Amino acid sequence: MPILEAKDLTYTYSIGSPFEKTAVDHINLQIEQGEFVGIIGHTGSGKSTLMQMMNGLLKPTSGTVLLDGKDIWEKGADRRAVRFQVGLVFQYPEYQLFEETVYKDIAFGPKNMGLDEKEIDRRVRETAEAVGLREELLEKAPYALSGGQKRRVAIAGVMAMEPRVLILDEPTAGLDPKGRTKILSQLREYHKRTGCTVMLVSHSMEDVAKYVSKLLVLSHAKVVCYDTPANVFARGDELEQMGLALPQITRVFRLLRERGITFPEEVYTVPFGAELLRAKLEGRAPQC
Amino acid sequence: MLKDITLGQYFPMDSVVHRMDARYKIIITMVFLVMLFWGQHLTSLLAGLLFVAVAMICSKIPPKMLLKSIKPIVPVLVITGVLNLFLLSGGKVLWEWKFIKLTEQGVQTSVFMLVRICLLIAGTSLLTYTTSPIVLTDAIESLLSPLKKLKMPVHELAMMMTIALRFIPTLIEETDKIMAAQKARGADMESGSLIQRAQALVPILIPLFVSAFRRAEELALAMECRCYHGGEGRTRLRQLKSGLRDYVALGLTLLLFAAVITLNTVLH
Amino acid sequence: MEKLITIENAHFSYPAAEENAEPTEVLKGISLEFEHGELVAVLGHNGSGKSTLAKLLNAILLPTEGTVTVAGMDTKNEEKLLEIRQHVGMVFQNPDNQIVATIVEEDVAFGLENLGVPTDEMRARVDQALHAVGMYEFRGHAPHQLSGGQKQRVAIAGIIAMRPDCIVLDEPTAMLDPQGRKEVMRTIKLLNRDYGITVILITHEMDEAAQCDRVIVIDHGTVHMDDKPEKVFSHVQEMRDLGLDVPQPTELCELLRQAGYDLDPEIMTPEAAADAIAKLVQSQSS
Repeated sequence: MPILEAKDLTYTYSIGSPFEKTAVDHINLQIEQGEFVGIIGHTGSGKSTLMQMMNGLLKPTSGTVLLDGKDIWEKGADRRAVRFQVGLVFQYPEYQLFEETVYKDIAFGPKNMGLDEKEIDRRVRETAEAVGLREELLEKAPYALSGGQKRRVAIAGVMAMEPRVLILDEPTAGLDPKGRTKILSQLREYHKRTGCTVMLVSHSMEDVAKYVSKLLVLSHAKVVCYDTPANVFARGDELEQMGLALPQITRVFRLLRERGITFPEEVYTVPFGAELLRAKLEGRAPQC
Repeated sequence: MLKDITLGQYFPMDSVVHRMDARYKIIITMVFLVMLFWGQHLTSLLAGLLFVAVAMICSKIPPKMLLKSIKPIVPVLVITGVLNLFLLSGGKVLWEWKFIKLTEQGVQTSVFMLVRICLLIAGTSLLTYTTSPIVLTDAIESLLSPLKKLKMPVHELAMMMTIALRFIPTLIEETDKIMAAQKARGADMESGSLIQRAQALVPILIPLFVSAFRRAEELALAMECRCYHGGEGRTRLRQLKSGLRDYVALGLTLLLFAAVITLNTVLH
Repeated sequence: MEKLITIENAHFSYPAAEENAEPTEVLKGISLEFEHGELVAVLGHNGSGKSTLAKLLNAILLPTEGTVTVAGMDTKNEEKLLEIRQHVGMVFQNPDNQIVATIVEEDVAFGLENLGVPTDEMRARVDQALHAVGMYEFRGHAPHQLSGGQKQRVAIAGIIAMRPDCIVLDEPTAMLDPQGRKEVMRTIKLLNRDYGITVILITHEMDEAAQCDRVIVIDHGTVHMDDKPEKVFSHVQEMRDLGLDVPQPTELCELLRQAGYDLDPEIMTPEAAADAIAKLVQSQSS
């Protein structure tokens, strides 16, 4: 049974006004437990609306969301409990920090869950470590931290609820390359360690390609495909038509194909591409 | 949600009223307001209704928009209506139950009051629908400019107003976003006692203030980079120019007001 | 010809936050020159001092030591302040926080109003600026009705209406989606090519830097590299150590070079990489 399922999910903004717009249009989707899902689509493709419906923040216009096969909108369902199970990190989450200390801010979610002090303390310290925040930072005021650190505090605040599904809306937006790599590799670690499901919304094909096991492509409020990165990037022309830029490495290999150098596999990371080329040049089978 | 607030939103269109000099529009609106509250007689309401109807037609603003502007004050209308209905007594008793009494005067005053408030909102909304906030600010600045001689910071006030208007939609959107984000962390804003609810606002208000200060700082920097140095020696892209239509409109409004005054005195 | 901007041994320290704390020195002796018509990218990780450097260029900040000269004017000269800011315009990261007016064309006019430009001329310059960034059809819109990329183009129009010699853009695409990024980059390149405006682009995006004529890498308040993009990116490991990145095609060729294949280290674009690799494969098979 999938952990999270969208059933004929639809959301329409400003119904009945001249600004009426369907942001999510009859989407059906099944997310399996333990998957690392990348979500791509241009602005206005419905990514953010879909994410907010997945944890019950937005009520679908029609259709519904199932968590562990249970309808989160059925009568008497506890939506607040759903939000603890499906953690959502918004874009630029550092702007939501409000407590006096980093510790208290990370503890906000667990506290709302009604956990005891000891459990809260364990969670705060564990997640702070998971996002690479040193112990002594915990007693500092959030505003005294650097931009990248604040971002990681905010992510830790959601992780500390120990959700079974962690959704992040562009967690690397506005950071420098080092900050981006840091957050993404910490996410990978977190995913490996906890085995929980991670959904990552991103504009960067390069980043998504490196980390995820499945890719969800949205366009004009509908699902274009939900598949492995290799299968998705194999439909490169379609993606480009949707205004989604392919990773540059994929473009190199598409250009090579035009020049008569072909590989059976779709290439979307640099080390893999280099290995394929070396194998070809050395007349051996690629090792991956 | 919060985004539905339309009061004070410009509705760009091409109409006679849109093209009018904002200074005259403000003066005319003032006259309209005084007229609306002139005496306790039906004439002022009828004149107000006529004024709003004519202004609406001339401005091409759909009636739906005006109704929408009244929507947010419906609770105020209900309270005012009910209070007037039962608290005022006089004239014939229409209906009675225990200590609650409904009198003719009560009904009359409450209907008067409701219509008056609706007209008030509709009339002022027409001003803001047809005048871009920045032009409105210009006009206020221009009307208040004599006060500059008294060392009143008229330009600074106008600039502050412009910026406030510019950032209202941005901050509303931001509030929505912060609320959603804190809800995602389990913040509970819908239940609990009054004190608990007030406390639940802290996680929203603090980030909102922090963000407003950050925006203010960045905006000040951007304005400095664009050579802003106060009101001295500034020119304007949009010049306020009055013309025949403004004089005619003001003349007609004054005429209407004069008629209301005359009828009021005659009928009394 | 006179240099547009000259920075001579500029130092900058932010005053200490607390008493008896050392002031933090952000820039430690920077010397640079910018010519008319250049398209320059400035790279550096967060906290490297690149934004501070940008603020020295139009006298928002003054160097604590050394001098900055814009078109022959020392930025310390307060009487020339408005003139300097007219020569060097600035666009910031957050498009929302630099739009002052509630209507697009009125915002574009804001700088001209401050300079006291007569209304007729202002009208013409506003329209021209809006045409140049491709936002003329949106002149009557409210800023919150626009996409991020469109807002950023409006901000750029507000600067070029002032007819500057140079625009400094401080991470103008950081908050935009790929579509918005493309729009802004296209606009910047067009302004540089067709209007001869000098562009100094501070960015984190390596592919944006790759589109410039010159790349300056700032690290710990000093100029670490200053060269053509191909040359800068050919130092793959060095860039990594600075917390920066290189374009993927460069990285691919570097990996192959490490395996002993002869490839030009200055390859940046997918096209160049594909050509070079295709040649390599063909020479091996023949």
